[in-house]
Amino acid sequence: MKDFIIPQFAPGAEPFDDRDMGTPARSGAPVSLTIDGFEVTVPEGTSVMRAAFEAGIEVPKLCASDNMEAFGSCRLCVVEIEGRRGTPASCTTPVTEGMVVHTQSSKVRKIRKGVMELYISDHPLDCLTCAANGDCELQDAAGQVGLRDVRYTPGDNHFDPKGIGARSQSEARLREGPGNPQYLPKDDSNPYFTYDPSKCIVCSRCVRACEEVQGTFALTIEGRGFDSRVSAGAGFDDFLSSDCVSCGACVQACPTATLQEKSVAELGTPTRCVITTCAYCGVGCSFKAEMNGDQLVRMVPWRHGKANRGHSCVKGRFAYGYASHKDRILNPMIRDTIDEPWREVSWDEALSFAATRMKAIQQKHGRRSVGVITSSRCTNEETYLVQKLTRAVFGNNNTDTCARVCHSPTGYGLGKTFGTSAGTQDFDSVEHTDVVLIIGANPTDGHPVFASRLKKRLRQGAKLIVVDPRRTDIVRSAHVEAAHHLPLRPGTNVAVVSALAHVIVTEGLMDEAYIREACDWDEFQHYAEFIGDPRHSPEAVEGVTGVPAAELRAAARLFATGGNGAIYYGLGVTEHSQGSTTVMAIANLAMLTGNIGRPGVGVNPLRGQNNVQGACDMGSFPHELPGYRHVKLPDVRAIFEKAWGVEIDPEPGLRIPNMLDAAVEGTFKGLYCQGEDILQSDPDTHHVAAGLKAMECVIVHDLFLNETANYAHVFLPGSSFLEKDGTFTNAERRINRVRKVMQPRNGYEDWEITQMLANAMGAGWRYTHPAQIMEEISSTTPSFTGVSYERLEELGSVQWPCDENAPEGTPIMHVNGFQAGRGRFIITEYVATEERTGPRFPLLLTTGRILSQYNVGAQTRRTENTVWHEEDVLEIHPHDAEVRGVTEGDWVRLASRTGETTLRAVLTDRVSPGVVYTTFHHPATQANVVTTDFSDWATNCPEYKVTAVQVSPSNGPSDWQERYNEQAERSRRILSAAE
Amino acid sequence: MHHHAPAPSAEEIRDVVLPLTGLEGPLLPMLHAIQEVWGHVPQAAVPVLADVLNLGRAEVHGVISFYHDFRDHPAGRRVLKICRAEACQSVGGAGVAAETLARLGVDWHGTTPDGGVTVEPVYCLGLCACGPAAMLDGRVIGRVDADRLTAELEAAR
Repeated sequence: MKDFIIPQFAPGAEPFDDRDMGTPARSGAPVSLTIDGFEVTVPEGTSVMRAAFEAGIEVPKLCASDNMEAFGSCRLCVVEIEGRRGTPASCTTPVTEGMVVHTQSSKVRKIRKGVMELYISDHPLDCLTCAANGDCELQDAAGQVGLRDVRYTPGDNHFDPKGIGARSQSEARLREGPGNPQYLPKDDSNPYFTYDPSKCIVCSRCVRACEEVQGTFALTIEGRGFDSRVSAGAGFDDFLSSDCVSCGACVQACPTATLQEKSVAELGTPTRCVITTCAYCGVGCSFKAEMNGDQLVRMVPWRHGKANRGHSCVKGRFAYGYASHKDRILNPMIRDTIDEPWREVSWDEALSFAATRMKAIQQKHGRRSVGVITSSRCTNEETYLVQKLTRAVFGNNNTDTCARVCHSPTGYGLGKTFGTSAGTQDFDSVEHTDVVLIIGANPTDGHPVFASRLKKRLRQGAKLIVVDPRRTDIVRSAHVEAAHHLPLRPGTNVAVVSALAHVIVTEGLMDEAYIREACDWDEFQHYAEFIGDPRHSPEAVEGVTGVPAAELRAAARLFATGGNGAIYYGLGVTEHSQGSTTVMAIANLAMLTGNIGRPGVGVNPLRGQNNVQGACDMGSFPHELPGYRHVKLPDVRAIFEKAWGVEIDPEPGLRIPNMLDAAVEGTFKGLYCQGEDILQSDPDTHHVAAGLKAMECVIVHDLFLNETANYAHVFLPGSSFLEKDGTFTNAERRINRVRKVMQPRNGYEDWEITQMLANAMGAGWRYTHPAQIMEEISSTTPSFTGVSYERLEELGSVQWPCDENAPEGTPIMHVNGFQAGRGRFIITEYVATEERTGPRFPLLLTTGRILSQYNVGAQTRRTENTVWHEEDVLEIHPHDAEVRGVTEGDWVRLASRTGETTLRAVLTDRVSPGVVYTTFHHPATQANVVTTDFSDWATNCPEYKVTAVQVSPSNGPSDWQERYNEQAERSRRILSAAE
Repeated sequence: MHHHAPAPSAEEIRDVVLPLTGLEGPLLPMLHAIQEVWGHVPQAAVPVLADVLNLGRAEVHGVISFYHDFRDHPAGRRVLKICRAEACQSVGGAGVAAETLARLGVDWHGTTPDGGVTVEPVYCLGLCACGPAAMLDGRVIGRVDADRLTAELEAAR
């Protein structure tokens, strides 16, 4: 779509070349040729078209785009090549040494003009009123070939709705006619874009983008010849009912207004663009925020973004409307008690109210009676300031983060085994993988852009093993099929992963040379003895895990012998009582097979939120200062004591569950919670509510009055990712810039608000830009020493560690052995969770997420993504449903030992008998009323993924849901400043 | 051609296509098998084929709609195809077609009200040497005229 010359970010840096080069880049030996008299050297395999672009010469094109393979259908890019007959298409012709190409000659000009004339003979002449006016490749190409006339008389066509020989739809509007069976009206079923068949030139770019880039195969060309049309799904489908996942790749690929964002139709074509980073999942896609003034027109994935390589999903591409949603709170508010309505007040009043209360609490209940929760959705700089607030201003280490409830076991497990608390690879690595092992992750829903890159590799022939209680889409969907799906019983990850290792060790499939070189050999001997014990054999654990032993053995052999093996995992691994153990078992498996330290291998945690990695890096945990250094270590404290000019408490602080327990006990009284909704997202909602209710000052800093705010005394309105500068660190440790594209609607960027709160308590901070906060981070944190905003502008992004040894960052870790010495094999004994099924609660509930919604839904519920998912539903196997008298769509009561809720049932064999599944995106359902307070032994990460439940028919919402909704309603009342 | 109930269930369709999964490029043979059994390829077959072959629904739809021979509803009891390609046209094929359509009272692709005959155009049957050519229920006929076609249809009734 629209090509911008992106202005340089750093003074003196080159502007980014954002042109579409027509065909994909190649990496062969250099080949030299002459194009229009200019000599150009390109890699072997490059097309003549791309070579011409490299030489600065643009060949007219319609069906070519550099994110998909050449197709050769539009015939506009024909050229003449000396010594060859005819006029070959430059997109499908590879360069050869010494080739002499002419892109302009009277012959090719005549052909192009003729082709263009045919295209335009079946295209409405509505350019001035078209949504793509100024952003239309058909228009550009007509200009390039010098089309001055269309000699064909009006005949059969697809654009004249009335069948009156009109050349434009604006002309046809004014007249009556017999109609035109070839004309099809616009399909506007998708909430974000329209499909207008009357403007289609059938170049197939959308179909190819859906197949090659996204990998969904939702589009096709229906019919043939003059009847050819783009069709979503089968004949009975529209875009919404088809398999389309609304990733936007087709819209981006379309050279005309046939597939067009509704926002552009409404607001006009954008005039400027800013490169920034998506604020949804941990993939961290780079986007162009395309703007008109301060109006965001659309988000388009950026082709130079190293995480997403020009691709996007429905959330990042389209679901940004929450930032301007009417629910957004823009003024600070306070209240004395949570039963009162909110009062809108000035920033000064809100901050001094908050500071006074917090200080009073500390005076009465002690220094450690208050704390903070940092957000994985906020920037590194903001997170750093929030933990600094508690350490330098409150004077304790009571800081925790939402990673507590998602990836804290990753930090712990990988830290213990590899020595660094992070994934080992970049996303590009998947292009070199031969066997992919996915454990407890649902990438097509949770990390869709990575899933598209993974699917591409699978279509190239890589093998797939999926360990998941559900048959997720990646197990089987168009053109992708797992070689092995191990549908384990929830809670038995350790048994399954250990059994995989058992097979590898006992069958002698391990990579002994690697283990001897990179790992502690004595420890390995000990581990091998442990894991080789028959109690870990697939046959021995089959009864517990439910995974057929033969299937498990085959999967283990494939992983050990299939070439480059990469492990990707998600919260299905971490959110268990043995979450940390499973992470270590995964690390063992990677070391055992020598799958560490090169492209195509590694251990890759898929992070849930945009800045989970960053929030953990920035010292959000109560026992660690930035860079994962224990707060007990005097030399580490000394670094920060010097930088901050305060004394740091050597005692680790409270974790979130401890804060809540202490609140219920009456020793923890004040909380500053930034950008996180612990009431909805943390387990055992009743307990969270009781803890919050017992506090005397809860400060919620958020975009919306979230569920936690129902228990808050101070509300500080936050800024969206579009309204602030900073950095996010994605799942591949990539530090990406977030750039302010508009002024904060609430008046301040979030880091400014934290600074104002700190200063209201007497801190005297004087940051004027987040770049200064990053300077402080890099001067205190070893793996960040080479990171600065200038460096980020130069490189686009950088993966930590970035220091004097790796000035350009570290795409792949542990290349020459482990950073911290030797890889450590750790014993992983399977211990069953205490959450057991029994006669009262015979089913196992596991929870997850869905493509269109994000986390607690605070953002996505306030966008049109609700079209795809308006409520949480319970997936239940038809057999379990039948014996309970439950049919499709029924209201059911979902009860556990902890609580109960009601929701609608969906019958599906995606889940095994005995397992039920739901999502936690909607506060109306409150799935976490049901989950328990069991948690990971090492990190307290909650066991969301295993709850013993019973399901029974129900008439409607539970008592708790009704009471809660009543309380929430009451709690959200706002008196305006005038009242 | 066998004429079963026109709206087969997903299970019935699956039973017909599953034996063909081992073939190389099994989609077209499956579509032929479905049309052989039910006289057309019902829309209900699209999701079944997509599932069996692990394709997108759209892809299956694209293939079916590409080939005019796959119908989305049942044809008449007999199917008459009349050649409209150049060689047959040059020896009067167009006139034969017009006359035959007029006698039957249908247009191209139409079916007589009694469900007896469906007439379709075809572009070359490889019988250029003895045009005008036609094909009735898969049997080719050379040097036809309207009377010959009427007689063939009568005889077959």
